[in-house]
Amino acid sequence: MTSAQIDVLLVAVVVAASCAIPGTFLVLRRMAMMSDAISHTVLLGIVLAFFVVADLNSPILILGAALVGLLTVVLVEVVSRTGLVREDTAIGLVFPALFSIAVILISSLAGNVHLDSDAVLLGEIAFAPFNRFAPFGVDLGPIALWVMGAILLVNLAGTFLFFKELKLATFDPALAAALGFSPALVHYGLMAVVSVTAVGAFDAVGSILVVALMIGPPAAAYLLTDRLPRMLGLSVVIGAASAVGGYWLARLLDANIAGSMATVVGIAFILVLLLAPQRGLVATARRHRRQRWTFARQMLLIHLATHEGTPTEVDESRPDHMQRHMRWPPAFGNRVVQTATERGLIVLENDQLRLTPQGRQAAREAAVR
Amino acid sequence: MDVLSDLFLDYTLRTVALGSAALGIVSGALGAFAVLRRQALLGDAMSHAALPGVALAFLITGSRAPLVLMIGAALTGWLAAVAIVYIVRASRTNTDTAMALMLSVFFGAGLVVLTFIQRQPAAGKAGLDKFLFGQAAAMLESDVITMASVGAVGLLGVLVLWKEFKLLSFDPDFAATLGMPTRRLDMLLTSLLVIAIVVGLKTVGVVLMSAMVVAPGAAARQWTNRLGVMVTLSALFGAAAGVLGALLSTTAQTSTGPTIVLVATGLVVVSLLFAPTRGLVWTRMHAWRSQRILALEAVMSDLAALAAQHSSDATRPHDVAALHAVRGRALVDRALSELAADGLAQRHDGGGWSLTPRGLAEADRLARLRRAPSDFL
Repeated sequence: MTSAQIDVLLVAVVVAASCAIPGTFLVLRRMAMMSDAISHTVLLGIVLAFFVVADLNSPILILGAALVGLLTVVLVEVVSRTGLVREDTAIGLVFPALFSIAVILISSLAGNVHLDSDAVLLGEIAFAPFNRFAPFGVDLGPIALWVMGAILLVNLAGTFLFFKELKLATFDPALAAALGFSPALVHYGLMAVVSVTAVGAFDAVGSILVVALMIGPPAAAYLLTDRLPRMLGLSVVIGAASAVGGYWLARLLDANIAGSMATVVGIAFILVLLLAPQRGLVATARRHRRQRWTFARQMLLIHLATHEGTPTEVDESRPDHMQRHMRWPPAFGNRVVQTATERGLIVLENDQLRLTPQGRQAAREAAVR
Repeated sequence: MDVLSDLFLDYTLRTVALGSAALGIVSGALGAFAVLRRQALLGDAMSHAALPGVALAFLITGSRAPLVLMIGAALTGWLAAVAIVYIVRASRTNTDTAMALMLSVFFGAGLVVLTFIQRQPAAGKAGLDKFLFGQAAAMLESDVITMASVGAVGLLGVLVLWKEFKLLSFDPDFAATLGMPTRRLDMLLTSLLVIAIVVGLKTVGVVLMSAMVVAPGAAARQWTNRLGVMVTLSALFGAAAGVLGALLSTTAQTSTGPTIVLVATGLVVVSLLFAPTRGLVWTRMHAWRSQRILALEAVMSDLAALAAQHSSDATRPHDVAALHAVRGRALVDRALSELAADGLAQRHDGGGWSLTPRGLAEADRLARLRRAPSDFL
């Protein structure tokens, strides 16, 4: 690997990690689409801040973007609080409007500045290594790595310091308010973090990939665990793995890097959706099948136990009677009898199914339950 | 006036205006249902997800015919909608998360396919990047005809199944008890939303097309409580935003999509503020008027109560200091001067106030009107 490749991978992993942390809380709070809205509108903040400072590398741009990100949240709330439109409609009205203003402002600058709405949407992480951070002539690596590293540190520190508040405000906002934490403060704090992360990241990877990295890994992690710290950790790992995998996919296909990373995020989610040990579709299907057999076997045992020692026992315990009585298809009924026999729960004597002592015990337990 | 005369004489302008009108009518009418069914953000996800469809359709067929690209866009947009519904049903992922995920993943896949196209030497690749933000000026007559025909299919679908879609939008549970196949109808209406989105892709672009689905419906909702009127108004608003925005962008040389979206947003703001009965200005004025009338009635009943304590002379002047203390000086003074102007209260020499005989009668009438139902038991 060349040093430029290592730089790109480092930037990608740091971006993925810093996106996954606020993304986890967005997913849990059912506000995933706010990441889409904010990642579009921060462009307006960048443009407006650019009009003020006229320097594309100024940190003021990040501040402006964060402010417009918060403005988006406030506007959505103002519009939906009128009660005239629902919240999803409010989001769908506010962010295209702000984004449109940004696009029109940019096109009015066209040609004079390297600020292109396509580039903002799509990003070009391949250029990240060429923009170096070199104070006093000492090369310290790509600027993007420093910016995103700082944002990652802020996100990590914020999560550690306010973990209790975030957790409570996410899972039980009413209790949080009753205990004197302000859910609104947590809300706006989180939105500010989302805005700063989005603007830092989209310079490198584009706003759509910001959405993919913020939402995809936490959505996958949510299917893997019920514990918040573990979900945070898994999100970071899945995000970083998707970023690295996406990079190599892009090299393989010679395709857009951000697009490949988003695609791999999607593949990772589908894999988890299918294969998650507890909640995966495969595991669920297998559990359902197993439960179906267990239930059928228990019904057989209870049926035999009910008629044991009664005058009708001879009639009731013939194997073919089971199929009629339980309305089981013959093949299914035979399988049930066979597995029950294999487990030593019943024996076949003179065309009669008889409970073994273990079988009698199992029938009693199943009936009680 | 130049623009107006050009509109009828200039071929490009006429094409642009007609196309934008068709787009606005279709997205407005179908979008009205999306707004009612809380699918505003689904429209956003679907329009982003149309990008890989456009790119794949071009890559496979090599054709830039609008119908081919629209079919491709519709297929992936629809696939994204199905995936969202399926993921939500099959796992504990919530709708918001599924939408954001599919939006970004489909869009990312679209970028990957776009890079394949950009590597092709074919000259025909030019113009595909216009699908991001749209370009009305590039619209041809054949585009307009295709947009209008595809849109007409969508509108026809709504007309044929009007009753079913109406019930589905307002009371899906009741629709299910009537034996309507709600799941299939739901899928069908969502598929029609795809039509609304693909019709505008070339003019407005994938990024902003969702706004054209949401804004006209949200604006129209403020003016009426009837579905038929709302859908018609929504189509009109959509057409107005489309034509105005496209003409503005052509004369001011701005990107078409964002300009149309800003015009549509302007319509929403006007509607939110000024629509009768629902608009903010109207409700504020209504609240303000009710407050004033309540203050008048309160002060009248206070004065009547004071008068009742001195039955010998009902119009004897009273010191209003007590009223000031209880209800606030500004409110009481304003109410008193209005009552005096109406001849219901009078100010006596020495500063005291009382009701006039007419005021007493009015206070008595109000007291009987306002009596709580329990008083009659």
